[in-house]
Amino acid sequence: MTDFIATIRVRPKAEVRDPQGEAISGALRSLGMDVADVRTGKEIVVRFVAPDEPAARVVATKMGDELLANPVIEEFAVEVAAE
Amino acid sequence: MSMRVAVLRFPGTWSENDFAHALEIVGAEADILWHADADLRPYDAAIVPGGFTYGDYLRAGAIAALSPAAAELRRADKDGMPILGSCNGFQILCEIGLLPGALVRNRHLEFRCDWVHMRIESDRTPFTAGLRGDVVRMPIAHGEGCWVADELTLARIEANGQVVFRYTDARGGATPEANPNGSTANIAGVANAAGNVVGLMPHPERCSEELLGGTDGRRVLEALTASRYIGMAPASVQ
Repeated sequence: MTDFIATIRVRPKAEVRDPQGEAISGALRSLGMDVADVRTGKEIVVRFVAPDEPAARVVATKMGDELLANPVIEEFAVEVAAE
Repeated sequence: MSMRVAVLRFPGTWSENDFAHALEIVGAEADILWHADADLRPYDAAIVPGGFTYGDYLRAGAIAALSPAAAELRRADKDGMPILGSCNGFQILCEIGLLPGALVRNRHLEFRCDWVHMRIESDRTPFTAGLRGDVVRMPIAHGEGCWVADELTLARIEANGQVVFRYTDARGGATPEANPNGSTANIAGVANAAGNVVGLMPHPERCSEELLGGTDGRRVLEALTASRYIGMAPASVQ
């Protein structure tokens, strides 16, 4: 068994408006930065034990499916690394 | 015999006592049940009240949706029990999957605490029977009340009459100005396909007596107690 760190990045689906991103975009423009678009999201870092990397990826994906992201509004990506 | 209504309490629920009080005003018998061991079987209806369960961490309602009460609500829904979620309760019912769509951050990013008008769009629910077309006034208090869904879901629920409450002006016009949070199609509340589960962002329990500045919330609770659904849940548990 190996220690793994999974990084799950959750963000609003492309078709869902991101008002936080829009507010940040306005604030960056007020600093004189010519930004085209800003999208926000959240990063969830989970440490756990798994037999190998494919197994760790399966577990992290299950976390995203069952709790960390709401498929109605969000999508997520998983990165897994052995510690 | 008066109607027996279960009012669920999760860590961070804040409207359970107000709901119990408002239900007593309309002659129902209300019990507040702790989410971890709630048994809805002896009840005729269930309420999921507002609050900030589990601090709204991750997403509003996401963690409450994993409570044992979620499984109990799913079971009660199968028996056709009337279930009402208000504010955070609406968010929880969407996260459980008992209601369509999701509630996200208000489009203007402000927490909005105000009175709103809504037109009742469907009378196919135990909470709105006989009220279709009426414009009611209720308070809101939320930061994540913007209802969204994909276009197919929206078209489906509009066609099925599952849009129950729509934000309007005092005359019933669904204008952009009357929409307090940017909700898709001014939607303030929806039902499941069968009509027994309803969720809305406003707070009927906070406008059920003159002292609080309005009594329209009482009409929703009176519709429940008067509905033909009375006794249906226990009878369907064979």
